[in-house]
Amino acid sequence: MSGAEAGNGVENRAGSTAGNRAESRAESRAGNSPGSGAGDEPLLRIRDLVVSYRVGGGPVHAVRSVSLTVRQGETVAIVGESGCGKSTTAHAVAGLQASNAVIGGGEILFGGTDLARLGERRMRAVRGRDIGLIPQDPTVSLNPVKRIGSQVAEVLIVHGLANRRDAAAQAVEALRRAGLPDPETRARQYPHELSGGMRQRVLIAIAVAARPRLIIADEPTSALDVTVQRHILDHIEHLSRETGMGVLLITHDLGIAADRADRVVVMREGRVVEEGVPERLLTDPHEPYTRDLLAAAPSLATERPTLLAVRAARGRAGRARTTGVTGDPFAGRAPAESPAPASGRADDVLMSAHGLVKEYPLPLGRGKTRAVDDVHFAIRRGRTYGLVGESGSGKSTTARLLLRLTDATEGRIVFDGEDITRLRGGRLRSLRRRIQVVYQNPYASLNPRLSVERIIEDPLVSFGLGTRRQRRRRAAELLDVVALPAAVLRRRPAELSGGQRQRVAIARALAVNPELVVCDEPVSALDVSIQAQILDLLVGLQTDLGVSYVFISHDLAVVRQVAHQVGVMRGGRLIEQGDADDVFSRPRQAYTRELLDAIPGHRR
Amino acid sequence: MPARYVARRVVQALFVLWAAFTVSFVILYMLPGDPVSVLAGSDSGRDITPEQLDALRHEYGLDRPVIIQYLTRLADVVHGEFGRSVQSHQPVQTMIADALPATAQIAGLGLLLAVLFGTGLALAATYVSWGWLRQALLSLPPLGVAIPSFWFGLLLLQVFSFRLGLFPAVGNEGLAGVVLPAVTLALPSAATIAQLLAKSMSTTLREPYIETARAKGAGRPRIHFRHAVRNAALPALTVAGLVVGNLLAGSVVTETVFSRTGLGRLTALAVGTQDIPVVQGLVVFAALVFVLINLAVDLVYPLLDPRIARRSAAVS
Repeated sequence: MSGAEAGNGVENRAGSTAGNRAESRAESRAGNSPGSGAGDEPLLRIRDLVVSYRVGGGPVHAVRSVSLTVRQGETVAIVGESGCGKSTTAHAVAGLQASNAVIGGGEILFGGTDLARLGERRMRAVRGRDIGLIPQDPTVSLNPVKRIGSQVAEVLIVHGLANRRDAAAQAVEALRRAGLPDPETRARQYPHELSGGMRQRVLIAIAVAARPRLIIADEPTSALDVTVQRHILDHIEHLSRETGMGVLLITHDLGIAADRADRVVVMREGRVVEEGVPERLLTDPHEPYTRDLLAAAPSLATERPTLLAVRAARGRAGRARTTGVTGDPFAGRAPAESPAPASGRADDVLMSAHGLVKEYPLPLGRGKTRAVDDVHFAIRRGRTYGLVGESGSGKSTTARLLLRLTDATEGRIVFDGEDITRLRGGRLRSLRRRIQVVYQNPYASLNPRLSVERIIEDPLVSFGLGTRRQRRRRAAELLDVVALPAAVLRRRPAELSGGQRQRVAIARALAVNPELVVCDEPVSALDVSIQAQILDLLVGLQTDLGVSYVFISHDLAVVRQVAHQVGVMRGGRLIEQGDADDVFSRPRQAYTRELLDAIPGHRR
Repeated sequence: MPARYVARRVVQALFVLWAAFTVSFVILYMLPGDPVSVLAGSDSGRDITPEQLDALRHEYGLDRPVIIQYLTRLADVVHGEFGRSVQSHQPVQTMIADALPATAQIAGLGLLLAVLFGTGLALAATYVSWGWLRQALLSLPPLGVAIPSFWFGLLLLQVFSFRLGLFPAVGNEGLAGVVLPAVTLALPSAATIAQLLAKSMSTTLREPYIETARAKGAGRPRIHFRHAVRNAALPALTVAGLVVGNLLAGSVVTETVFSRTGLGRLTALAVGTQDIPVVQGLVVFAALVFVLINLAVDLVYPLLDPRIARRSAAVS
């Protein structure tokens, strides 16, 4: 682990104390009626906006018809899935659309000026001064070679609001207002020395430094941990209330929109499909699409039965039986070895970890850091063990230990009664046939040059299983199991959507009939409605095949949907574990409660 | 800067030097038949008796086992002794030192021109907003790389020396004589720099932090020259060693075309007459220049990129 990461620990601690302050402020939100005290003319009025992109094969219509208003002091959320045009709309307001984007019609009235017709030079005077932007990913949105202070001061200098020396002082003040602890020190640091949450506060400082009237927040927290996310959103809300700024909040998460917005605008395929106050939208959605979105949002699912419960009630689908025995789908099946369905041997432990420790040396022999620290748990056959934690908590290192992709410093891993902690050579290779993995990013985990068929066959080829014809049949069969049409076999990953790719990754993991599949954030890169489908698929496969899962996620709401047992990790330690229902309904640790409270979607 | 970072870079540099020496030793002394016959053959015309050959072998230490020869030469080179030229019987290091200034003049001016034109072209190409002009500018670097430098040198001679009479055509005299060879040398390097920097600039301009700068209301000049250039220059800087290496390699052709004396000419002569100690001395010298440039880049890099500076500072 690098020195920079070791530094993060310090920053995180500092960040959380500031966050607690923000939290207490946010609790006084009650009684903030929408649009109170605002004049008649809204701050921002978008009418029939049309934006298209010029690309090779003709124009792509990203925004077909969008109308919305934001009043002074009001927070309006645009919600929708990727590609719905929400981000294009937001960028058009700030005049930051891509160079191949064309505003084809409509108007963007801001303080009486139509921004859609404003030239670049005049638009530049508005950007940063009257309209601030909080970007999506704080880790890449600051210039890595410039100091924090000068990056904040720049917005004041560009608009001639301060001379160089005053700007530096005002930048520190803006950092303080953005809730960054010790702003004088931070101003002299470089972006990489700050944690993600702190960098987002810097970006908030940049956005509010010139005291704009409107803030556009484009998915401001989707790259951050849930607890940090909550503090950042609290702070934006606080600043909005304090200064009367309007906020246009772009998010894919209905839970966040419901928590934070005075009004919610639901977009789909470039159009507004529904608009209303969150109370109404959540309880009485008029449009079927809004209902679908609501049903898919895991964060709003706390009151409805989990996928597991739904599956259990429905019983086995029976469709997805595949052939063969564990590790070799083409071997003859001995009757006794048939994989037990989930109900059969549910208390039977498949894999267990005993006092697992993983240490990484710090550079220059300055001791060691413990990424995983004395972790014990048991994974039952045909069940799902959910591992939850924020970034840096050690959950992914734990997954790598279980997969034997890295060696444990101390402790034992027992798989099916055998100690596998130190397996080598051929025996380790045959173990790999029984444990497979599905990664987070389906865009990076599939070889872009291979066809889907070759990708799914790959594990079979590398273990030398079956004949060419058998393998092709197996690939087709697996594609059916993950509910993809047979035509996909000939395609390459680039031709598939994110959800389809993750289905291919699951099919590949299942190709050798593993007993355990480690799913490392398998739905984090996907839209909510796709997330729900993939989770449903995973649960269904478990019912049908009796496979066990280790399900790793930072998102408690997702884990709640699929896990039988849950472990909560923090700082390398497993601080709480137990049956999912117990952990979620009666958390024993304060940190678990904090994580649960941070799930957006139940502030109202 | 932490001592450990510097020490590691220095050790790497020494390793590269050692490897260059060893590889050139193996190639020059082991591969082409009997080095003594090569040596003797250079005193052409005379019949050489086996006794004389043996005497020569003994004189150059070639009758000893290979490993002893290697270690002896390595020890000499460590002490700065590269042996004597077979042709002129001068010490190799003296010959290199004599030839160096002339080449340093054209290579130095060439480097300056290459950086100026390469950077200028890359910045201009990424800054202009007319698509056709950008395409035109961006097609220049590949053209520059593709033009053979002997042809370009002859072209310059034709136009500027013979037709316009602005610069002398041959020789080492005066400042005016440096210009045309330097321009010839600079062309491929300028093209390489332009190509790399333009690519790096357009990648950098797509980074999210550029959008942050735009959202602040910053104009194009500020975005390009205050935000993008420094980030874009970092990857381009890593090829500085290659660029300087190319200048040295280019001097062989350039000095021949312009009939100048210098390292390039010395290399051409030594190879032509199979003057093995000189060739090996030049190989090690070129490696030394290459290694020093890369060392300098490694040491300057952390000053330009705070991410590396702070990381290594945190380690110390």
